[in-house]
Amino acid sequence: MEPLSSEGMGEILSPPATTLGFVGWVRRNLFNGIFNSLVTMVVLAVLMAFVPRFIKWALLDGVWYSSGQGCREAGGACWSVVTRNLRFILFGFYPYEQQWRPVLCVGLFMGLFAFSRKPRHWNRRLLYAWGTGLLIMGVLMPGGIFGLDYIEPARWGGICLTLLLSLFGLTAAYPLGVILALGRQSKLPVVKSLSVIYIELIRGVPLISLLFMASVMFPLFLPEGITVNKILRAQAAIILFTAAYIAEVVRGGLQAIPRGQYEAAESLGLDYTLKMRLIILPQALKIVIPPTVSILISAFKDTSLVVIIGLFDLLKTTQVTLANPEWMGFSTEAFSFIAVIYFVGCFSMSNLSRRLEREL
Amino acid sequence: MKRAEKVAVVLFAVFCLFSVSAVQAGETLDAVKTRGYVSVGVNGGLFGFGMPDEKGVWRGLDVDTGRAVAAAVFGDAEKVKFVTLTTQTRFTALQSKEIDVLCRNATRTLTRETDLGLNFVTVNYYDGQGFLVPKKLGVKSAKELSGASVCTLPGTTTEQNVGDYFRANNMTLKPVVIEQNTELNQAFFAGRCDCLTSDASQLAGIRAVAPNPDDYVILPEIISKEPLAPVVRHGDEQWRDIVDFCVLAMIAAEDMGITSKNVEEMLASKDPNIQRFLGVTPGNGKALGLDEKWAYNIVKQVGNYGEVFERNVGEKTKLGIKRGLNAQWRDGGLMYSPPFK
Repeated sequence: MEPLSSEGMGEILSPPATTLGFVGWVRRNLFNGIFNSLVTMVVLAVLMAFVPRFIKWALLDGVWYSSGQGCREAGGACWSVVTRNLRFILFGFYPYEQQWRPVLCVGLFMGLFAFSRKPRHWNRRLLYAWGTGLLIMGVLMPGGIFGLDYIEPARWGGICLTLLLSLFGLTAAYPLGVILALGRQSKLPVVKSLSVIYIELIRGVPLISLLFMASVMFPLFLPEGITVNKILRAQAAIILFTAAYIAEVVRGGLQAIPRGQYEAAESLGLDYTLKMRLIILPQALKIVIPPTVSILISAFKDTSLVVIIGLFDLLKTTQVTLANPEWMGFSTEAFSFIAVIYFVGCFSMSNLSRRLEREL
Repeated sequence: MKRAEKVAVVLFAVFCLFSVSAVQAGETLDAVKTRGYVSVGVNGGLFGFGMPDEKGVWRGLDVDTGRAVAAAVFGDAEKVKFVTLTTQTRFTALQSKEIDVLCRNATRTLTRETDLGLNFVTVNYYDGQGFLVPKKLGVKSAKELSGASVCTLPGTTTEQNVGDYFRANNMTLKPVVIEQNTELNQAFFAGRCDCLTSDASQLAGIRAVAPNPDDYVILPEIISKEPLAPVVRHGDEQWRDIVDFCVLAMIAAEDMGITSKNVEEMLASKDPNIQRFLGVTPGNGKALGLDEKWAYNIVKQVGNYGEVFERNVGEKTKLGIKRGLNAQWRDGGLMYSPPFK
């Protein structure tokens, strides 16, 4: 078929080449004015200066699987520090032959997380999925039944410990925080003052001091011979700390609900529990999704503070790897690696929160 | 409400039960035997002394000392659990009975023995503080370091010692204090300070990871005494004796030429000292409240002091440390064990 002729329709011209395609896009977005052109030039210059050097260092000269000596001779990035020690960095003291179990658990966890991202899964099935998933993880990690060797929690390390502290820290802190926020709004003087004291006390000290209290002072108050698992103590400190912050955020949400909503609920004859459950909290919690997620993200990162009380989380296993003379000095590569892990974790959380905001 | 009360009562009862049974258990040895393992506090990040390898298996001189205690008590060096402790948490963990013995490169001092209520047993490593300098500086002795900038970690005895040493010798000190070990090393290799000071046991390892190790020398002066020893609580003399003699058994085994390889043949030895040591002639075990084979088990499963030293910090390892003060007394070192009888 002949292409349609434009003969006799001379007035229809295609737009100038400079406004079309790639060139057009560049002109419209990068060079549409003196200031923008300048910024573009500066950014380009910076990229030109660093990107090739970075690529040369990280990829071209990078060493992927060698000994520490090989790394020192190569001169580029030493990714071997990660690849050679990967299993220790990720799983810590979990017995070497049994490490398929934490691999499965982390995979399952990521699967559940991905599953939770789809709004059409937000129903009862999601709850069952997480319930089953956590049950499987709860069996796989410690073992002791179905012919699996028992691995005590003290030997869980690396990413498992980070995820454990975060997941249980956040899921336990959230309801506790909501209860504290309601307590602070309460008309009962005892409940109110207890909540205020708790929140202000906990918010008044840094997490590090709480962790120290949990690991150094707390055991001294216990009767002789009783010791509480170190991980449990750290976990409790993280929960208590995060809950206080969530409480204040949720209180902000409660105050943002117009008075009319409270009165409307009361005029329907709803009692306190129903009023909160059906009318106030659903709205309040939705308002505060962004600040809540910020707190959850920072709590996720704060779990790395357990390093100071000698727990082998992701950061500590990396530090220990670097204390080996063979790998000393390759901290840039090792820390970049766990930075990527932390970024993926934090980014997926904020991603999920944006979805929640949109869909709810 | 009723149910909550019941739960509270039950919890309280359980609590009391636990505390009562804990008091009755009393002696550390009984508690350890009931529990089924020895709980040992270790460093966790100190290569050669207490650190997991890439498979998550604990390695180090201090770690092996902990294993020796387990071998003596249970006849199984693996019946031990290592608890990682920081400098801040190490003594509390011992006081609160979270651990039975602390093998975490702790220096024995007077105030730690008295104020903290701790007992240091026989030294398992004699350390001291030294200096690492670049060869091109042309320094042959620490006395020539006046005016030098010195890289050191903050808030440690290391920082204090170097200050004392410079003051005592009327030299001016320019400290460069850096928080992290790895950054400290990098700063030194980058030339941000003239010399680096640290425990001598670490200097060789730091030198080994230099871009060019031959450009650096360790000065001969040792400016502080750091006798590193396992620690137990005051008040349980039996347990203290056990830990003490576990360290001594490793030293004595080396002295008598008993190694993990030849210990089986040594069982047939005619030497009465060796017979007593290995429990062929009984007595020592009963005196300590242990199995007569306790010393045999230590040597068989962990090794003698020389083996443990060479395996973890010796010249074939990355640290490349010579025996020096840690040699047997016959070879001019300080390792000396009383008779086992």
